[in-house]
Amino acid sequence: MKLEIGRINIKDIQFGDGTFVQDGVLTVDREGLTAFLKEDERVAGVRLDIARPGEKVRIIPVKDVVEPRVKIEGTGAGFPGVTAKPSQCGQGRTHVLYGAAVVTVGDIVGFQEGVIDMWGEGGRWTPFSKTCNVTLDLQVVDGLDTHTHEETIRLAGLRAAEFIGLAGRGAEPDEVLTYEMGGIFEETEKYPNLPKVLYAEMMITQGLLHDTYIYGVNAQTILPALMHPHEELDGAVISGNCVAACDKITTYQHQNNSVILDLFAQHGKEINFMGVVMVPEHTTLSGKLRASDYTLKLAQMLGADAVVVSEEGYGNPDSDLLMICKKCENAGIKTVLITDECAGRDGMSQGLADTASEAVAVVSTGNVSHVVTLAPAERVIGNPESIAVLAGGWKGALLEDGTLMCELNAVIGSTSEIGYHHVTCRQY
Amino acid sequence: MSEKFKVLYYVNQFFGQVGGEDKAGMPPEYRPQKVGPAMGFEGALRGEGEVVGTIICGDNYFNEHQKESLDFIKKTVKEASPDVVVAGPAFNAGRYGMACGELAKAMAEELALPVVTGMYAENPGVDVCKNKAIVVGTSDSAAGMRKALPAMAAITVKLAKGIELGAPEKEGYIARGMRKTLFEEKRGSLRAVSMLLARLKGEEFETELPMPVFDQVEPAPAIRDLSKATVALCTSGGIVPQGNPDGIQSASAQKWGKYDVSGLDGLPAPGFYSTHGGYDTAYANENPNRVAPLDLLKEFAKEGVIGKVFDWFFTTTGTGTSVSNAQKFGKEIGAILKEAGVDGVILTST
Repeated sequence: MKLEIGRINIKDIQFGDGTFVQDGVLTVDREGLTAFLKEDERVAGVRLDIARPGEKVRIIPVKDVVEPRVKIEGTGAGFPGVTAKPSQCGQGRTHVLYGAAVVTVGDIVGFQEGVIDMWGEGGRWTPFSKTCNVTLDLQVVDGLDTHTHEETIRLAGLRAAEFIGLAGRGAEPDEVLTYEMGGIFEETEKYPNLPKVLYAEMMITQGLLHDTYIYGVNAQTILPALMHPHEELDGAVISGNCVAACDKITTYQHQNNSVILDLFAQHGKEINFMGVVMVPEHTTLSGKLRASDYTLKLAQMLGADAVVVSEEGYGNPDSDLLMICKKCENAGIKTVLITDECAGRDGMSQGLADTASEAVAVVSTGNVSHVVTLAPAERVIGNPESIAVLAGGWKGALLEDGTLMCELNAVIGSTSEIGYHHVTCRQY
Repeated sequence: MSEKFKVLYYVNQFFGQVGGEDKAGMPPEYRPQKVGPAMGFEGALRGEGEVVGTIICGDNYFNEHQKESLDFIKKTVKEASPDVVVAGPAFNAGRYGMACGELAKAMAEELALPVVTGMYAENPGVDVCKNKAIVVGTSDSAAGMRKALPAMAAITVKLAKGIELGAPEKEGYIARGMRKTLFEEKRGSLRAVSMLLARLKGEEFETELPMPVFDQVEPAPAIRDLSKATVALCTSGGIVPQGNPDGIQSASAQKWGKYDVSGLDGLPAPGFYSTHGGYDTAYANENPNRVAPLDLLKEFAKEGVIGKVFDWFFTTTGTGTSVSNAQKFGKEIGAILKEAGVDGVILTST
């Protein structure tokens, strides 16, 4: 399977007539996009805005971030099974508006949305201060139940990314990344002496605002599934998920999954990267037992020597993470785990809800309760008052002068457990 | 030059030059001067601070009369009003280490004073205070004095000036167990791949998160006669009265709430709802009893299955709440239940 990702570098973004890229500047047709989103009769109002890196802009509450893209060659246009008809992702050529993102905003139904600051202290903690963001604040029609409300916003974000992504159709990429990987037997024949490595990507699959979709299938309902690494890089997986903002995998992060990219970089050199197992995180013990057994079984069927396991969320999924670790290690398969920690605001608490002596190689992506103080913004997109209820905030977290205090919990992507960002914890 | 900061020093009878084991029973006394290691310590402060006095106490006396000793020390500290308290180093001396540890803990907890001490890693005093005070790692005998004092002094200067301490291995102290959040040059996924390659090649690697060790809680004995028992209800599912009057957080709870439910047959919606950010609350908001089954408990009480439902309902949010906060909440709620003579409690989680 061969996938080409053509990056069209975006340096700036503006509203204008038509949607196109010229000299690295992305122009978005505001009226056209609004009308396109309103084709969904559940959408009552659309407020579009722009936030650029370095501007003193705060976006709150953020639900999802999506990278605008377009399929140039091959199957897998749009988000198959979600916004487009089912078709195979992971091959052909995809153009990416690299440096641009669609950010969905607005009070939805839960407490799981987060903050993006585009500058200064807050900007350090989130990877999405570096992207030119089109923000989408949607009002829905009255009378929608919470699940339909969530779906409406989720689809609108994805459709907006597709609409804007069309601008990449005529543009010449600044850089083309080529990913190529044959069948498992073929690759193993090519690299008979390299250790076989699998990536187990855990996904929150626990109900409203806690779901992940693969080709449109709610991953709550699946057994752990083997995927070609290209598929996720090409739009097969989307987030319907706002665990805590800090460690949920946004759709953008699925499209650019850093574990897949960093394992790919070693494929054929140090390792034989065989694929990705998508592991649902169930709420029940039987679900956890089944999913961890099944993950081990897939690893054994493939003859894996090692598995990298990334978690999504914290609390009960800590058990899933450590069950997979224990079972693999006891079967002679080496593991490296990636997780964040709930070490309390003072950092003095143990950070996981479960423990296993087999977990000897763990990457920490930071303490979700680390408190940060974010200076007042010159402009706020969304509703700053929402910090009082969202995860990582509290009543009184917004000071009178607009200063925001919150835990990293509330900052999108800050403690990303696919290791997308640079935060960690050390023993002091 | 700015004014020097003040240090109060603590030593045992031996380092206080009073005597050996025969003087280990001496009660604490205060001398407004530098005694024993305090002299070398002050020199290592390089003129930035001064030792205003030394407390000397026998190791046996301290350990056998801890309260009296600490009362004396607290009173002396209040009078001398130092910026930092320094004790030891105690090396591997167990009783001396325990005295330094208990003193450090009391100063930090009760007087909010920074404390610096020094001990050998295996001294039992380390675990008493390492999360409250700064314990410099020393050798196991007094031969390490010349190395210990400059390290203790350098840390004391930083604490007195409010300068943040660097990593334990750099500054020479025993890790407090604090998880400090930092930025790394390499992103997390790249660190994971590097760790993986090291593991596969049999090279050395260091985990970034040593696994926690969990307490074992022994279950309470069974209730003999449920029909006479008072049963309380407690949840970590975030069920709160409308408006969330105590502002319980949606994640990483810093507090818990208790609400009078004596007049209710169950938890009504929308009078109660969930403020929890970690699960799909749509169904809990439709009927809060699905998470905290007060309705069934009340029915059981009516039918005589249980004696009575306790008047107060306890609640907090479990998601992202640190284990140390959870332990604190548990102790506080447990104390109230015990005081009220409650026989059992139904704990529900989500």
